[in-house]
Amino acid sequence: MDPVVLFFVLGVVARLVKSDLRLPEALYETLSIYLLLAIGLKGGVELAKHPISTVAPQAVAIVVMGLLLPLLAYPILRFLGRLNNFDAAAIAAHYGSVSVVTFAVGLAFVTKRGIAYEEYMPLFVALLEVPGIIVGILLARLHTLKSVHWGELAREIMFGKSVVLLVGGLCIGWLAGPQGIDPMRGLFFDLFKGVLALFLLEMGLVAASRLSDLKKSGPFLIGFGVVIPVLFSFIGAGLGALLGLSLGGTTLLAVLAASASYIAAPAAIRIAVPEANPSLSIGAALGITFPFNLTLGIPLYFEIAKMLHK
Amino acid sequence: MNTHPKQLLVIIGEATLEKFLVRDIKGFGAHGYTIAEVRGGGEHGTRDAEWEGSRSIRIEVVCEETVAEKIAEHVIAHYAKNFSLSLYVSQVGVIRKDKY
Repeated sequence: MDPVVLFFVLGVVARLVKSDLRLPEALYETLSIYLLLAIGLKGGVELAKHPISTVAPQAVAIVVMGLLLPLLAYPILRFLGRLNNFDAAAIAAHYGSVSVVTFAVGLAFVTKRGIAYEEYMPLFVALLEVPGIIVGILLARLHTLKSVHWGELAREIMFGKSVVLLVGGLCIGWLAGPQGIDPMRGLFFDLFKGVLALFLLEMGLVAASRLSDLKKSGPFLIGFGVVIPVLFSFIGAGLGALLGLSLGGTTLLAVLAASASYIAAPAAIRIAVPEANPSLSIGAALGITFPFNLTLGIPLYFEIAKMLHK
Repeated sequence: MNTHPKQLLVIIGEATLEKFLVRDIKGFGAHGYTIAEVRGGGEHGTRDAEWEGSRSIRIEVVCEETVAEKIAEHVIAHYAKNFSLSLYVSQVGVIRKDKY
Protein backbone atom coordinates (compact mmCIF):
# COMPACT_ATOMS: atom_id res chain seq x y z
CA MET A 1 0.00 0.00 0.00
CA ASP A 2 1.22 3.47 -0.89
CA PRO A 3 2.38 5.36 2.21
CA VAL A 4 -0.05 8.22 1.43
CA VAL A 5 -2.90 5.76 1.94
CA LEU A 6 -1.45 4.87 5.35
CA PHE A 7 -1.94 8.52 6.34
CA PHE A 8 -5.60 8.12 5.43
CA VAL A 9 -5.81 4.96 7.55
CA LEU A 10 -4.19 6.86 10.44
CA GLY A 11 -6.93 9.50 10.18
CA VAL A 12 -9.66 6.86 10.18
CA VAL A 13 -8.14 5.07 13.17
CA ALA A 14 -7.69 8.35 15.08
CA ARG A 15 -11.38 9.15 14.61
CA LEU A 16 -12.57 5.64 15.48
CA VAL A 17 -10.63 5.62 18.76
CA LYS A 18 -12.04 9.11 19.46
CA SER A 19 -8.65 10.84 19.49
CA ASP A 20 -8.75 14.60 19.97
CA LEU A 21 -6.77 15.02 16.72
CA ARG A 22 -8.30 17.81 14.66
CA LEU A 23 -6.69 19.67 11.78
CA PRO A 24 -7.51 23.38 11.65
CA GLU A 25 -10.17 24.13 9.06
CA ALA A 26 -7.92 26.74 7.48
CA LEU A 27 -5.32 24.03 6.85
CA TYR A 28 -7.88 21.77 5.18
CA GLU A 29 -8.85 24.69 2.95
CA THR A 30 -5.21 25.53 2.15
CA LEU A 31 -4.27 21.93 1.36
CA SER A 32 -7.26 21.41 -0.91
CA ILE A 33 -6.51 24.65 -2.81
CA TYR A 34 -2.89 23.52 -3.19
CA LEU A 35 -3.83 20.05 -4.48
CA LEU A 36 -6.35 21.34 -7.01
CA LEU A 37 -3.94 23.98 -8.32
CA ALA A 38 -0.96 21.61 -8.45
CA ILE A 39 -2.92 18.96 -10.36
CA GLY A 40 -4.22 21.60 -12.76
CA LEU A 41 -0.77 23.11 -13.32
CA LYS A 42 0.85 19.76 -14.04
CA GLY A 43 -1.88 18.90 -16.52
CA GLY A 44 -1.63 22.31 -18.19
CA VAL A 45 2.12 22.05 -18.70
CA GLU A 46 1.67 18.65 -20.37
CA LEU A 47 -1.33 19.79 -22.37
CA ALA A 48 0.85 22.40 -24.06
CA LYS A 49 2.93 19.56 -25.55
CA HIS A 50 -0.01 17.87 -27.30
CA PRO A 51 -1.94 19.01 -30.36
CA ILE A 52 -5.61 19.87 -29.75
CA SER A 53 -6.57 17.41 -32.50
CA THR A 54 -5.37 14.47 -30.34
CA VAL A 55 -6.91 15.64 -27.10
CA ALA A 56 -10.26 17.05 -28.30
CA PRO A 57 -11.90 13.79 -29.48
CA GLN A 58 -10.83 12.07 -26.25
CA ALA A 59 -12.26 14.96 -24.25
CA VAL A 60 -15.62 14.71 -26.03
CA ALA A 61 -15.84 10.96 -25.41
CA ILE A 62 -14.99 11.47 -21.76
CA VAL A 63 -17.69 14.13 -21.30
CA VAL A 64 -20.21 11.70 -22.83
CA MET A 65 -19.12 9.12 -20.25
CA GLY A 66 -19.67 11.76 -17.53
CA LEU A 67 -23.22 12.29 -18.78
CA LEU A 68 -23.97 8.57 -18.92
CA LEU A 69 -22.68 7.43 -15.51
CA PRO A 70 -25.41 9.15 -13.43
CA LEU A 71 -28.06 7.84 -15.84
CA LEU A 72 -26.84 4.31 -15.05
CA ALA A 73 -26.69 4.92 -11.29
CA TYR A 74 -30.12 6.56 -11.00
CA PRO A 75 -32.38 3.57 -11.83
CA ILE A 76 -30.34 1.33 -9.52
CA LEU A 77 -30.83 3.78 -6.65
CA ARG A 78 -34.47 4.46 -7.44
CA PHE A 79 -35.72 0.94 -8.10
CA LEU A 80 -33.26 -1.39 -6.42
CA GLY A 81 -32.52 0.91 -3.49
CA ARG A 82 -36.11 2.24 -3.34
CA LEU A 83 -34.83 5.73 -2.66
CA ASN A 84 -37.00 8.73 -3.42
CA ASN A 85 -36.43 10.75 -6.60
CA PHE A 86 -34.38 13.49 -4.89
CA ASP A 87 -32.05 11.18 -2.97
CA ALA A 88 -31.53 8.92 -6.00
CA ALA A 89 -30.74 11.90 -8.25
CA ALA A 90 -28.43 13.47 -5.67
CA ILE A 91 -26.44 10.27 -5.17
CA ALA A 92 -26.32 9.72 -8.96
CA ALA A 93 -24.82 13.23 -9.32
CA HIS A 94 -22.10 12.47 -6.75
CA TYR A 95 -21.15 9.22 -8.54
CA GLY A 96 -21.35 10.83 -11.99
CA SER A 97 -18.90 13.53 -10.93
CA VAL A 98 -15.35 12.73 -9.81
CA SER A 99 -13.05 12.95 -6.81
CA VAL A 100 -9.85 14.88 -7.45
CA VAL A 101 -8.10 13.40 -4.43
CA THR A 102 -8.88 9.82 -5.53
CA PHE A 103 -7.33 10.79 -8.88
CA ALA A 104 -4.28 12.15 -7.04
CA VAL A 105 -3.86 8.84 -5.20
CA GLY A 106 -4.28 7.04 -8.56
CA LEU A 107 -1.51 9.26 -9.95
CA ALA A 108 0.72 8.33 -7.01
CA PHE A 109 -0.08 4.65 -7.72
CA VAL A 110 0.92 4.68 -11.40
CA THR A 111 3.92 6.99 -10.81
CA LYS A 112 5.30 4.72 -8.08
CA ARG A 113 5.15 1.74 -10.45
CA GLY A 114 6.73 3.71 -13.27
CA ILE A 115 3.68 3.17 -15.53
CA ALA A 116 3.38 5.75 -18.30
CA TYR A 117 0.16 7.76 -18.56
CA GLU A 118 -1.15 10.71 -20.57
CA GLU A 119 0.10 13.53 -18.37
CA TYR A 120 -2.59 15.92 -19.56
CA MET A 121 -5.22 13.80 -17.78
CA PRO A 122 -6.05 16.53 -15.25
CA LEU A 123 -7.96 18.08 -18.15
CA PHE A 124 -10.28 15.09 -18.02
CA VAL A 125 -10.69 15.51 -14.26
CA ALA A 126 -11.89 19.08 -14.81
CA LEU A 127 -14.18 17.97 -17.64
CA LEU A 128 -15.69 15.15 -15.59
CA GLU A 129 -16.57 17.28 -12.57
CA VAL A 130 -19.51 19.07 -14.15
CA PRO A 131 -21.62 16.79 -16.44
CA GLY A 132 -22.60 14.32 -13.71
CA ILE A 133 -23.85 17.12 -11.50
CA ILE A 134 -25.96 18.65 -14.28
CA VAL A 135 -27.52 15.29 -15.15
CA GLY A 136 -28.24 14.65 -11.45
CA ILE A 137 -30.02 17.99 -11.14
CA LEU A 138 -32.01 17.33 -14.30
CA LEU A 139 -33.08 13.93 -12.95
CA ALA A 140 -34.21 15.52 -9.69
CA ARG A 141 -36.06 18.36 -11.37
CA LEU A 142 -37.47 16.57 -14.41
CA HIS A 143 -41.03 17.40 -13.45
CA THR A 144 -40.37 20.93 -12.26
CA LEU A 145 -37.78 22.19 -14.73
CA LYS A 146 -39.26 25.68 -14.80
CA SER A 147 -38.59 26.20 -11.10
CA VAL A 148 -34.82 25.78 -11.55
CA HIS A 149 -32.79 29.00 -11.44
CA TRP A 150 -30.27 27.94 -14.07
CA GLY A 151 -28.23 31.15 -13.98
CA GLU A 152 -27.56 30.86 -10.28
CA LEU A 153 -26.90 27.14 -10.62
CA ALA A 154 -24.53 27.51 -13.53
CA ARG A 155 -22.47 29.93 -11.45
CA GLU A 156 -22.47 27.50 -8.56
CA ILE A 157 -21.39 24.54 -10.69
CA MET A 158 -19.03 26.17 -13.18
CA PHE A 159 -17.36 28.53 -10.73
CA GLY A 160 -17.22 26.35 -7.65
CA LYS A 161 -13.71 26.34 -6.17
CA SER A 162 -12.69 22.92 -7.50
CA VAL A 163 -13.52 23.77 -11.13
CA VAL A 164 -12.02 27.29 -10.88
CA LEU A 165 -8.75 26.00 -9.39
CA LEU A 166 -8.40 22.99 -11.70
CA VAL A 167 -9.24 24.92 -14.86
CA GLY A 168 -7.27 27.94 -13.63
CA GLY A 169 -4.23 25.73 -12.96
CA LEU A 170 -4.59 24.06 -16.38
CA CYS A 171 -4.71 27.45 -18.12
CA ILE A 172 -1.73 28.84 -16.18
CA GLY A 173 0.29 25.67 -16.84
CA TRP A 174 -0.69 25.68 -20.50
CA LEU A 175 0.14 29.38 -20.99
CA ALA A 176 3.36 29.34 -18.97
CA GLY A 177 4.69 26.05 -20.35
CA PRO A 178 7.39 23.94 -18.65
CA GLN A 179 9.95 26.77 -18.50
CA GLY A 180 7.52 29.25 -16.99
CA ILE A 181 6.44 26.84 -14.29
CA ASP A 182 9.98 25.65 -13.55
CA PRO A 183 10.69 28.19 -10.75
CA MET A 184 7.54 26.92 -8.96
CA ARG A 185 8.43 23.26 -9.42
CA GLY A 186 9.69 22.95 -5.84
CA LEU A 187 6.39 24.09 -4.36
CA PHE A 188 3.84 22.62 -6.73
CA PHE A 189 5.47 19.40 -7.93
CA ASP A 190 8.15 18.29 -5.45
CA LEU A 191 6.05 18.85 -2.33
CA PHE A 192 2.93 17.33 -3.88
CA LYS A 193 3.08 13.91 -2.29
CA GLY A 194 3.79 15.22 1.19
CA VAL A 195 0.85 17.62 0.98
CA LEU A 196 -1.35 14.82 -0.36
CA ALA A 197 -0.38 12.70 2.67
CA LEU A 198 -1.33 15.48 5.07
CA PHE A 199 -4.61 16.06 3.25
CA LEU A 200 -5.41 12.35 3.37
CA LEU A 201 -4.85 12.32 7.14
CA GLU A 202 -7.58 14.96 7.38
CA MET A 203 -9.79 13.05 4.93
CA GLY A 204 -9.43 9.94 7.09
CA LEU A 205 -10.86 11.89 10.02
CA VAL A 206 -13.71 13.26 7.91
CA ALA A 207 -14.53 9.95 6.19
CA ALA A 208 -14.68 8.06 9.48
CA SER A 209 -17.12 10.66 10.84
CA ARG A 210 -19.42 10.06 7.85
CA LEU A 211 -19.70 6.34 8.58
CA SER A 212 -22.23 6.92 11.35
CA ASP A 213 -24.52 8.65 8.81
CA LEU A 214 -24.87 5.37 6.98
CA LYS A 215 -26.05 3.37 9.98
CA LYS A 216 -29.55 4.74 9.42
CA SER A 217 -29.63 4.12 5.68
CA GLY A 218 -29.14 0.37 5.80
CA PRO A 219 -27.00 -2.04 3.81
CA PHE A 220 -28.09 -0.98 0.32
CA LEU A 221 -25.96 2.16 0.16
CA ILE A 222 -22.96 0.38 1.63
CA GLY A 223 -23.20 -2.24 -1.14
CA PHE A 224 -23.86 0.48 -3.72
CA GLY A 225 -20.76 2.38 -2.57
CA VAL A 226 -18.57 -0.64 -3.34
CA VAL A 227 -20.27 -2.30 -6.33
CA ILE A 228 -20.97 0.81 -8.44
CA PRO A 229 -17.35 2.02 -8.44
CA VAL A 230 -16.20 -1.40 -9.65
CA LEU A 231 -18.86 -1.46 -12.39
CA PHE A 232 -18.04 2.09 -13.41
CA SER A 233 -14.32 1.30 -13.46
CA PHE A 234 -15.01 -1.22 -16.24
CA ILE A 235 -16.69 1.56 -18.23
CA GLY A 236 -13.77 3.93 -17.61
CA ALA A 237 -11.15 1.29 -18.44
CA GLY A 238 -13.13 0.16 -21.49
CA LEU A 239 -13.33 3.71 -22.80
CA GLY A 240 -9.64 4.27 -22.07
CA ALA A 241 -8.70 1.18 -24.07
CA LEU A 242 -11.08 2.20 -26.87
CA LEU A 243 -9.53 5.66 -27.06
CA GLY A 244 -6.09 4.11 -27.27
CA LEU A 245 -4.86 5.54 -23.97
CA SER A 246 -1.73 4.05 -22.39
CA LEU A 247 -2.05 1.51 -19.56
CA GLY A 248 -1.55 4.28 -16.99
CA GLY A 249 -4.11 6.50 -18.72
CA THR A 250 -6.61 3.64 -18.90
CA THR A 251 -6.09 2.94 -15.18
CA LEU A 252 -6.59 6.61 -14.32
CA LEU A 253 -9.75 6.86 -16.41
CA ALA A 254 -11.06 3.78 -14.59
CA VAL A 255 -10.21 5.49 -11.27
CA LEU A 256 -12.04 8.64 -12.38
CA ALA A 257 -15.14 6.72 -13.47
CA ALA A 258 -15.14 4.81 -10.17
CA SER A 259 -14.68 7.87 -7.96
CA ALA A 260 -17.47 9.92 -6.41
CA SER A 261 -17.32 13.67 -5.90
CA TYR A 262 -17.28 15.15 -2.43
CA ILE A 263 -16.29 18.76 -3.11
CA ALA A 264 -18.10 20.01 -6.21
CA ALA A 265 -21.21 17.80 -6.09
CA PRO A 266 -22.24 18.26 -2.43
CA ALA A 267 -22.05 22.07 -2.72
CA ALA A 268 -24.02 22.25 -5.97
CA ILE A 269 -26.58 19.59 -5.04
CA ARG A 270 -27.25 21.10 -1.61
CA ILE A 271 -28.44 24.24 -3.37
CA ALA A 272 -30.06 22.70 -6.45
CA VAL A 273 -31.74 19.74 -4.74
CA PRO A 274 -32.17 20.77 -1.09
CA GLU A 275 -34.86 18.10 -0.62
CA ALA A 276 -32.20 15.37 -0.88
CA ASN A 277 -30.73 14.15 2.38
CA PRO A 278 -27.00 15.03 2.16
CA SER A 279 -26.00 12.44 4.74
CA LEU A 280 -26.94 9.67 2.27
CA SER A 281 -24.96 10.95 -0.72
CA ILE A 282 -21.99 12.18 1.30
CA GLY A 283 -22.09 9.13 3.57
CA ALA A 284 -21.84 6.81 0.57
CA ALA A 285 -19.33 8.90 -1.42
CA LEU A 286 -17.04 9.80 1.46
CA GLY A 287 -17.74 7.09 4.04
CA ILE A 288 -17.68 4.06 1.70
CA THR A 289 -16.50 4.73 -1.85
CA PHE A 290 -13.57 7.03 -1.06
CA PRO A 291 -11.91 4.64 1.45
CA PHE A 292 -12.72 1.65 -0.78
CA ASN A 293 -11.13 3.27 -3.83
CA LEU A 294 -8.03 4.33 -1.92
CA THR A 295 -7.32 0.95 -0.39
CA LEU A 296 -8.70 -1.83 -2.62
CA GLY A 297 -10.22 -0.03 -5.59
CA ILE A 298 -7.19 1.53 -7.28
CA PRO A 299 -5.11 -1.71 -7.37
CA LEU A 300 -8.22 -3.52 -8.67
CA TYR A 301 -8.81 -0.91 -11.41
CA PHE A 302 -5.20 -1.32 -12.44
CA GLU A 303 -5.82 -5.05 -12.92
CA ILE A 304 -9.04 -4.33 -14.85
CA ALA A 305 -7.17 -1.83 -17.02
CA LYS A 306 -4.45 -4.42 -17.69
CA MET A 307 -7.12 -6.93 -18.69
CA LEU A 308 -8.89 -4.55 -21.10
CA HIS A 309 -5.76 -2.92 -22.42
CA LYS A 310 -4.42 -5.95 -24.26
CA MET B 1 -26.40 56.21 28.81
CA ASN B 2 -29.38 56.55 26.49
CA THR B 3 -30.23 53.44 24.49
CA HIS B 4 -32.91 52.76 21.90
CA PRO B 5 -34.78 49.45 21.58
CA LYS B 6 -34.10 47.31 18.47
CA GLN B 7 -34.38 43.62 17.60
CA LEU B 8 -31.38 41.31 17.38
CA LEU B 9 -32.18 38.53 14.94
CA VAL B 10 -29.78 35.59 15.04
CA ILE B 11 -29.77 32.96 12.30
CA ILE B 12 -27.59 29.86 12.67
CA GLY B 13 -27.47 27.66 9.59
CA GLU B 14 -25.49 25.78 6.98
CA ALA B 15 -22.69 27.86 5.42
CA THR B 16 -24.04 26.96 1.94
CA LEU B 17 -26.92 29.32 2.65
CA GLU B 18 -24.73 32.33 3.36
CA LYS B 19 -25.12 34.20 0.08
CA PHE B 20 -28.85 33.58 -0.03
CA LEU B 21 -29.37 34.72 3.56
CA VAL B 22 -27.26 37.84 3.02
CA ARG B 23 -29.27 38.66 -0.11
CA ASP B 24 -32.54 38.25 1.81
CA ILE B 25 -31.33 40.26 4.80
CA LYS B 26 -30.34 43.16 2.56
CA GLY B 27 -33.48 42.81 0.46
CA PHE B 28 -35.76 43.26 3.46
CA GLY B 29 -34.02 46.48 4.41
CA ALA B 30 -31.61 45.59 7.21
CA HIS B 31 -28.67 48.01 7.27
CA GLY B 32 -26.01 45.52 8.19
CA TYR B 33 -25.14 42.05 9.43
CA THR B 34 -22.30 40.17 11.12
CA ILE B 35 -21.28 36.63 10.24
CA ALA B 36 -19.23 34.19 12.29
CA GLU B 37 -18.23 30.62 11.54
CA VAL B 38 -19.48 28.28 14.24
CA ARG B 39 -19.70 24.60 15.15
CA GLY B 40 -22.47 22.70 16.82
CA GLY B 41 -25.02 19.93 16.59
CA GLY B 42 -28.72 19.24 16.62
CA GLU B 43 -31.48 17.49 14.68
CA HIS B 44 -29.23 17.27 11.61
CA GLY B 45 -26.33 15.65 13.48
CA THR B 46 -22.99 17.16 14.43
CA ARG B 47 -21.80 20.00 12.23
CA ASP B 48 -18.11 19.99 13.06
CA ALA B 49 -16.84 22.36 10.33
CA GLU B 50 -14.12 19.85 9.38
CA TRP B 51 -14.79 20.19 5.66
CA GLU B 52 -17.01 22.05 3.19
CA GLY B 53 -20.12 20.01 3.87
CA SER B 54 -20.23 20.49 7.62
CA ARG B 55 -19.63 24.22 7.95
CA SER B 56 -22.10 26.41 9.78
CA ILE B 57 -22.47 30.15 10.23
CA ARG B 58 -24.16 32.49 12.68
CA ILE B 59 -25.59 35.70 11.23
CA GLU B 60 -26.57 38.53 13.55
CA VAL B 61 -28.78 41.34 12.35
CA VAL B 62 -29.78 44.35 14.44
CA CYS B 63 -32.84 45.99 12.93
CA GLU B 64 -36.39 47.24 13.39
CA GLU B 65 -38.88 44.69 14.67
CA THR B 66 -40.87 44.70 11.41
CA VAL B 67 -37.73 43.99 9.36
CA ALA B 68 -36.67 41.17 11.69
CA GLU B 69 -40.13 39.64 11.36
CA LYS B 70 -40.08 39.78 7.56
CA ILE B 71 -36.59 38.25 7.36
CA ALA B 72 -37.46 35.48 9.82
CA GLU B 73 -40.71 34.60 8.06
CA HIS B 74 -39.00 34.48 4.68
CA VAL B 75 -36.08 32.38 5.93
CA ILE B 76 -38.36 29.88 7.65
CA ALA B 77 -40.65 29.62 4.62
CA HIS B 78 -37.80 29.04 2.18
CA TYR B 79 -35.10 27.11 3.99
CA ALA B 80 -36.34 25.60 7.24
CA LYS B 81 -37.80 22.48 5.62
CA ASN B 82 -34.58 21.24 4.05
CA PHE B 83 -31.68 22.89 5.87
CA SER B 84 -30.43 22.80 9.42
CA LEU B 85 -31.45 26.17 10.74
CA SER B 86 -31.93 27.88 14.08
CA LEU B 87 -33.48 31.34 14.57
CA TYR B 88 -34.11 33.51 17.59
CA VAL B 89 -34.72 37.16 18.41
CA SER B 90 -34.03 39.26 21.42
CA GLN B 91 -34.51 42.85 22.38
CA VAL B 92 -31.31 44.91 22.47
CA GLY B 93 -30.53 48.52 23.26
CA VAL B 94 -28.47 50.38 20.66
CA ILE B 95 -26.65 53.64 21.23
CA ARG B 96 -26.98 55.12 17.72
CA LYS B 97 -30.58 54.51 16.69
CA ASP B 98 -30.27 55.74 13.09
CA LYS B 99 -27.53 53.25 12.29
CA TYR B 100 -29.94 50.27 12.32
